Amino acid sequence: MRVARSRTPYVLIAPAVIAMLGFLVYPMGSVIYYSLQHYDVTQPWDNGFAGLGNFRVLLFEDPLFWQSLGFSVKWVVVEVVLQLLFGLALALIVNETFIGRAISRALVFSPWAVSGVLTTGIWILLYNPSTGIFRYLADIGVGGYDTAPLADPSTVFAAAVVAELWRGVPFFAILLLADLQTVSGELYEAASVDGASRIRRFVHITLPHLKDAIILSTLLRAVWEFNNVDLLYTLTGGGPAHQTTTLPLYVAAKAVQSHDFGYGSALTTAAFLVLTFFSIAYLRLSKFGARS
Amino acid sequence: MTTTLIRPVAQAAPPITRKPANRVSRWQIYLPLGLYLLFTLVPFYWMVVFAFRPRGSDSLLPWPVTLDNFEHVWTGMGFSVFFQNSLLVGVASLISTTVIALAGGYALARYDFRGRQAFLVGMLCTQFIPGAMMLIPLFEIFRTLGLVNSLWALVIAETVFQLPLSLILISGFVKNIPIELEQAAWVDGCSRLRGFFAVVLPMLRPALVAVGSFAFIHSWNNFLFALMFVNEQDKFTLPVGLAFTIGEFSADFGALAAGGVVAAVPVVLVFAVIQRYLVQGLSAGAVKG
Repeated sequence: MRVARSRTPYVLIAPAVIAMLGFLVYPMGSVIYYSLQHYDVTQPWDNGFAGLGNFRVLLFEDPLFWQSLGFSVKWVVVEVVLQLLFGLALALIVNETFIGRAISRALVFSPWAVSGVLTTGIWILLYNPSTGIFRYLADIGVGGYDTAPLADPSTVFAAAVVAELWRGVPFFAILLLADLQTVSGELYEAASVDGASRIRRFVHITLPHLKDAIILSTLLRAVWEFNNVDLLYTLTGGGPAHQTTTLPLYVAAKAVQSHDFGYGSALTTAAFLVLTFFSIAYLRLSKFGARS
Repeated sequence: MTTTLIRPVAQAAPPITRKPANRVSRWQIYLPLGLYLLFTLVPFYWMVVFAFRPRGSDSLLPWPVTLDNFEHVWTGMGFSVFFQNSLLVGVASLISTTVIALAGGYALARYDFRGRQAFLVGMLCTQFIPGAMMLIPLFEIFRTLGLVNSLWALVIAETVFQLPLSLILISGFVKNIPIELEQAAWVDGCSRLRGFFAVVLPMLRPALVAVGSFAFIHSWNNFLFALMFVNEQDKFTLPVGLAFTIGEFSADFGALAAGGVVAAVPVVLVFAVIQRYLVQGLSAGAVKG
């Protein structure tokens, strides 16, 4: 009966389809097309079909590709794992009943609304040796006066991780809290009548209930952290010495600064393939949607 | 609801001493929460202190309060223009995303039509498309359309990137509304459209709040598209303006902090208001799929 009413759904969905075809699917297709071309705005005389030439360069002659891919993986894993742990803990805490809960939720969730650039601005203030917090910590005997996390190659990674955590943890806290609120209270009640400890109830009721939400949120977040460039672009600029350059950051640099669109597109295609394979594998291995 | 259950139990026998396993002591909540609040709020506080205290001051309190830094960024550095631009992009993206996703989400939830499955799969795939990597082709498209240096390019790009999740969220939400409610309205003589406005729309409020605020906050915060598609200073949005303030190595920290406050206040306020609905909306919709 519903299939028969033919035109309405198409009319309703048309704007979304047109927008996504025009500004997502078509550009993605053209990226794949450009990735097979030599296309450099500054060297137009070399433009033309390149076959898999760009990919050959990328795989075998460009150490920066592998380095940035490696750093991307490290960045994503560290961020997602830490954000999940802190976010889960936070969600469990603000799911309890206590005085000041509403305001606590609003406050701890608030960095979620802050942009990557603003996060950079704030943490630059905090990390700078002359304006930052380390001077005051040194006053009370913690650390030295010359602590400059962003300038020191041995601490720049940790400094970036902490800044991104500040903004990233609320995402998990919000999503997991939303899911926690759908656990039926009766289950806990029954379990505690049976004498199950808090930890046992967490392991046997809460975690299984959260499983799908955790899988989905970690996947979304992994893709998002992989793709997002705002924070690192402005905080470290990918440096020092490309140490904190992720693959998308490398692409952005290629596109914005060197205008080598052909090679940039090849990098893009490679990143897209990596993400797609990772996502499929992740959903398969984690048995998303399967009832335990 | 899910916490302390104090039940009146009629007991004849001396109570078996069972530790109230479902009770969390206060400090187990307040200690970690307090520490985390410190981590969240100190950075905000730092920005506020630098924004409001006079230049050259070393105080950890924003006292005496001065608005010099704000005056400097608002009029001297063009943040009033950036603010207007961000507001335009944010509101326009909010409207277009919500309207398009509402129509599409309803169709996905209530109709079974040819191509529906393919559309759903395609929508999932778009989630893997890196925004940074669409810079080159999108730039080419906007150049063809004559939209480079236009704020509408940002609105389009934002809307398109927001659509997949918004569609999923809204269609999940519509599915949770019993079709019988709508059918009752039809029986009463409502057209499908009137039934939608009378029955479905009011119940979608949490979902609309979630979708709309996501769209607004995302486009307010987007940096890369604005950096790439707009290069005239009177078209800059706040993140781009802020990034240039950060990039200046003689860094004027008072200006940076004041600019940060200008960029933060609207979204943090919006967020403070909607975060309750956000949790509700997600509870009912997206996470369940």
